[in-house]
Amino acid sequence: MKKILFLVFLIYSILKPSISFSLVEIDITRGNLDPMPISVSPFFSNDDTNDKIKNILNINDLGLEISKVIENNLEKTGLFDAIEREAFLQKPDIAHLKPRFEDWSLIKSQVLITGKVATKIINNKDYINVEFKLWDVLGAKFVDGFSLTTTPRSWRRVGHKISDKVYERLTGESGYFDTRIIYVAEEGPKTQRVKKLALMDQDGFNTKYITLGNELVLTPRFNPADDKIITYMSYFRNDPRVYIVNLQTGDRKVVGDFRGMTFAPRFSPNGQKLIMSLAKDGNSEIWVRDLETNLQEKLTDHPSIDTSPSYSPDGKYITFNSDRSGYQQIYVMRSDGSNVKRISFGKGIYGTPVWSPRGDLIAFTKLHKGRFFIGVMRTDGTGERLLTENFYQEAPSWSPNGRVIIFYRETKTDKKGSGFSAKLWSIDLTGYNERLVKTETDASDPSWSPLLKN
Amino acid sequence: MNLSKIFKNAFLVIVFGLIVTACATKKSVKTTTESSSTTTTTKAAETQKADPIEKLDALMQGDVYIGSDTVGELASGVPDRVFFATNETILTTASRETLRKQAAWLRQNSNVTVVVEGHADERGTREYNLALGERRANAAKDYLMTYGVSSDRIKVLSYGKERPVDSGSNPLSWSKNRRSVTVKAN
Repeated sequence: MKKILFLVFLIYSILKPSISFSLVEIDITRGNLDPMPISVSPFFSNDDTNDKIKNILNINDLGLEISKVIENNLEKTGLFDAIEREAFLQKPDIAHLKPRFEDWSLIKSQVLITGKVATKIINNKDYINVEFKLWDVLGAKFVDGFSLTTTPRSWRRVGHKISDKVYERLTGESGYFDTRIIYVAEEGPKTQRVKKLALMDQDGFNTKYITLGNELVLTPRFNPADDKIITYMSYFRNDPRVYIVNLQTGDRKVVGDFRGMTFAPRFSPNGQKLIMSLAKDGNSEIWVRDLETNLQEKLTDHPSIDTSPSYSPDGKYITFNSDRSGYQQIYVMRSDGSNVKRISFGKGIYGTPVWSPRGDLIAFTKLHKGRFFIGVMRTDGTGERLLTENFYQEAPSWSPNGRVIIFYRETKTDKKGSGFSAKLWSIDLTGYNERLVKTETDASDPSWSPLLKN
Repeated sequence: MNLSKIFKNAFLVIVFGLIVTACATKKSVKTTTESSSTTTTTKAAETQKADPIEKLDALMQGDVYIGSDTVGELASGVPDRVFFATNETILTTASRETLRKQAAWLRQNSNVTVVVEGHADERGTREYNLALGERRANAAKDYLMTYGVSSDRIKVLSYGKERPVDSGSNPLSWSKNRRSVTVKAN
């Protein structure tokens, strides 16, 4: 696999964030029907910079492109409404130095983002330097900003990092834009789907295919402690097993030495352990393997199907689904396998429990009266809330800040059995802001990375 | 010493016999109920042949597929697959008959090894279906073993819902997809 280019260094914060600011903060704990008007002024760059960047990236106006990345990210949260560029009264370069706040409040903007792009040569290599500032239009003051230098090809990540900063300052929660999604790219007829592992930026750009489609691959998942490591299940040589892959080196290894099929893998929060199911002689149990000591241990012991395990963020508990009551239901146990408790008691069957990175909720798939739901419940099973309903959908995965859930949805085929598709969708924890996540091909089994490091 | 060994063996034989009898009793009870329900369904189907819903009934018993569409052959006159009810791994009377034919053929062709592929319909979560497919394939494998096919000739492979044979999104299509297929491996 091609080495992923990453940001080189974060040089400095321009100024310390002002301690008090009059900015209207956004309440993201409930559905936001009144998004905050925001202006993203195109990032400014001089002609000389533009020429150089054109040579390197074949992009005419990189500053404008970065501002589009930011605009798109913020708009997709449903919390912000980006004002059209044509309405801007002030030029980008001057706005970045000192905005005329009247001009921005005149077009009803509450927040302004400005920036500047320049090129730099370090050790004979080209770099770009991007400076950004966040302004409070109503309070007429500078709020926050930074400057960073990176390889030109990482320019989209600069936009994501700025988006994260803006989101964090305005909502009080960490962002989720400088992240990736690993998923299964699907093509071909429903009866003979070709499946490949694919990796893309959270906003659908920079798609890379990790496998070629020669063998069936399923359920890729990020290591929450290392965005370069994933686990997934592959039918390589018709021997379905769990693998771990290093996305940077391409190094791939099978996990453990089990007789039977291993599947449904997930990392522990610190990435040192892997939990999965082992199906053998008609029975599926949950196992854990310590990736450092290579010791493995069976955690469940029941003749029913026990699968889809997921750790709590503190690593002390595991949630999973089991049909020991007759139908698929959600259970929680200590991470040593003791103290198993059923937590789902609503109508219908429940599967794919996934613990929120904040620890307070478990997302799940529910089947009731022939319809599929994605929902959340507290870790004791109370407070069940269904977020979305459809013909078929499953496999929720949390954004690293626990505010958004990504999942996949399949369509019902027509009488001739055609019209099948599988797509990724995202929805806010509030149940609002359901959105199609664009992918190059059909897609399923999404897993959201942690915030990228470096 | 010899005597105790004989006693031990005798004891094992008795225990084994009891187990077999217990299993047999259980099975025969099930068979009776199932065959009686077969009769009712068939009768119902015969009385109203024109009704398309009844036609569907003729292809499904409960929600187990009983038609011949998609069914291939392991060998001449030996069907390659058996079908299951939703979320179930119990072998129906018809399934057991098919598997007995497979076992008989495999006993005659002792050089043949097989893969029993377990499948589920699309109306379940992916991981649960992988487990369910494995359970179904093992139900078929166990039955083949009961009829004299040694376990080292039977490999089990679950595809979950990954390889439907019918791409429809309706109960009949789903019933065809809930299956275990015995495939020659050599």
